[in-house]
Amino acid sequence: MSEAALATVSLPEAAAGAGRLLPVRLEDVGYAVAGKRLIDGLTLELDAVCRTVVLGPNGAGKSLTLRLLQGLIAPTSGRIRWAGTGRPRAAGLAVATVFQRPVLLRRSVAANLNHALRVYGVPSRLRPGRIDALLGLAGLSHLRRRAARVLSGGEQQRLAVVRAIAAEPELLLLDEPTSSLDPHSTAAIEELILTAARQGVKVVLVTHDVAQARRIADDVVFLHRGRVAEHAPADRFFAAPSSAAARAYLDGKLCI
Amino acid sequence: MHDFGAAFGEAFRLVLTADPALVEIVLLSLRVTLTAVASACLVGLPLGAFLAVVRFPGRMAVVVVLNALMGLPPVVVGLLVYLLLSSSGPLGVLGLLYTPTAMIIAQAVLVTPIVAALSRQAIEDLHREYDEQLRAMGMGPFAQALTLLWDGRYSLLTAALAGFGRAIAEVGAVIIVGGNINHVTRVMTTTIALETSKGNLGLAVGLGVVLILISVMVTGAVMALRGTAVRLAHV
Amino acid sequence: MRYLHGLIAAAVMAGGLAAPLHAQDFIIVQSTTSTENSGLFGHLLPRFTEETGIEVRVVAVGTGQAIQNAVNGDGDVLFVHSKPEEEAFVTQGYGVERFDVMYNDYVIVGPANDPAGVAGSDDAVAALAAIAEVEAVFVSRGDDSGTHKAELRLWEEAGIDPTAASGGWYREAGAGMGATLNLATEMRGYALTDRGTWISFGNKGDQQVVVEGDPRLFNQYGVILVNPEVHPHVKAELGQRFIDWLLSPAGQQAIADFRIDGQQLFFPNAGGGA
Repeated sequence: MSEAALATVSLPEAAAGAGRLLPVRLEDVGYAVAGKRLIDGLTLELDAVCRTVVLGPNGAGKSLTLRLLQGLIAPTSGRIRWAGTGRPRAAGLAVATVFQRPVLLRRSVAANLNHALRVYGVPSRLRPGRIDALLGLAGLSHLRRRAARVLSGGEQQRLAVVRAIAAEPELLLLDEPTSSLDPHSTAAIEELILTAARQGVKVVLVTHDVAQARRIADDVVFLHRGRVAEHAPADRFFAAPSSAAARAYLDGKLCI
Repeated sequence: MHDFGAAFGEAFRLVLTADPALVEIVLLSLRVTLTAVASACLVGLPLGAFLAVVRFPGRMAVVVVLNALMGLPPVVVGLLVYLLLSSSGPLGVLGLLYTPTAMIIAQAVLVTPIVAALSRQAIEDLHREYDEQLRAMGMGPFAQALTLLWDGRYSLLTAALAGFGRAIAEVGAVIIVGGNINHVTRVMTTTIALETSKGNLGLAVGLGVVLILISVMVTGAVMALRGTAVRLAHV
Repeated sequence: MRYLHGLIAAAVMAGGLAAPLHAQDFIIVQSTTSTENSGLFGHLLPRFTEETGIEVRVVAVGTGQAIQNAVNGDGDVLFVHSKPEEEAFVTQGYGVERFDVMYNDYVIVGPANDPAGVAGSDDAVAALAAIAEVEAVFVSRGDDSGTHKAELRLWEEAGIDPTAASGGWYREAGAGMGATLNLATEMRGYALTDRGTWISFGNKGDQQVVVEGDPRLFNQYGVILVNPEVHPHVKAELGQRFIDWLLSPAGQQAIADFRIDGQQLFFPNAGGGA
């Protein structure tokens, strides 16, 4: 999966500079199911460029936060502002999501990408070239005719990541994409994520794996009990976490 | 004549001699039923996909009614279609009563709820799995339904086969709207009914065996194609 | 899915081919199971079609349903055997005119051991009374057909209401002649049947004719053109040609020629009274 291959995938230009904010902002967002507040008073503003890792123990609301950002679920209180407007899903910001368990269509590897490209409005004459480039990026060129759902877990997740990249997203959301993968497959997925980020894609990665967070993060959002317990640059967060919850988590003492 | 062996002997004789009258009846049966099932799929598959994907008030009621309609008595369908197509009925001017087309309509009415209800179930299971991914890709319900229909194609084939089994085996509807006219609307099941009423039980059972064989062959052929396709290309 | 497409395409093509096969001139005759099941139409129709080029499509149902279908205009000619209903059909304006065509007769069939001791009788009414007396099983059509009505007239004449014993020794099949005879064979019961259906019936078991020859067992068939003034689409000209042929010497001779096991089943009597 070379960077040359990625270049032909034509990711959007890198943003003009750090410090610019992502045009999406969670303001005092709450999300409750059957009266149970899973997300409670969550306010989050993200940088438009750097790689954000959302870290936290199980049940902290990491995956829900990601789904709120994607617009898959609506907050039950508070609001999500897109580019300063009240509208959900602002036009102009392309978002793509990779889930913990890849949901691949019952088709061949190449057909999965073809389907995604069609959904994303890529004309059919351009698709074969894109598919070749994306398969090269994922290192799956030799498996293109294989049924997607008989691939190994790592191969399936690589396909899911390049399928998300096929959307040419400005914001790439990943929900614990390597939690069920072996170290080798994990490394391959992380390489894909970093490659995309180098092309200027804003990455938000949810994980409970501290080592992975150290490898990927520019900044860390630490969630605890549905709230942002701490949001800090990665080096400062790992060197001296300011919240007690984060300190306990990094010491391996906080499980819930 | 209550001899099982004789009945199977009769069936073998009919098949081995390729009895021309039998061939005509078998071909008409297949033509009527396959056309009816194809028409039922054209309506039932999109309807099933729609009910699986789109949430609207009263949806559960529609699903319940659809599932109940799977048990429609063929005679009732036959009577309703007869009343529609009768010269005194609203569609009498079309002159379709006592034609194969009338039989196709009756069987399509009988089978559409089966195709729709079974495909709704299959698509809904698939939808539960795909929903978040497809929505994350920004797909609306219509585009989702198309993707689900395609990915569920092998389950849907089973729905179509269930419809085929029901249609090829029913007699109550086609005998009313077709009239069991020799060389025009006489199919396997109406012939069996006729021979039974003539007391030719051996011939009737023999025809029944042939009907079962044909049903097994059609189903087997479709399942084999499906198996090959699944193995070669997709999962 | 490629295969499914192929299947659908093939099926639609096959359906499309259905229409032109039967584009020639044809008429629809609403008739009864007795004429169809005995094989009479299989004998008559090829001759008529050869002479005239007109195809005859027979819908064989119970007399009651045949008349109702004709009332709805779903047929060009009505060819049944229940004179009072046929005359009412004409009187009410649904038919043009009724003609006698032929007759056959009813017989009472029963098991060889003959529990009512009626074998050899030529008095149908007395035989029914004897059956009721010993409460031997009697299987009735029970479907409002011409045969059923003839049977009920005989019971009435015998002064017996068999429906009081319905479900007991009197069994109402609610089915066609053949299905009723199948029941009678299984139950070793008596039944009233037209002779034509009986002779060609294949599942006689040890049943045999026990009562025949009673003038009251006479079974007249009539033919009527459905009134084109009520149902304008009726093919009056073609239908009339079929009726004319049936009543003609050629048609009458064809009816007389129809035999099964050497027995003549139907006796032409066009122009004669019954």
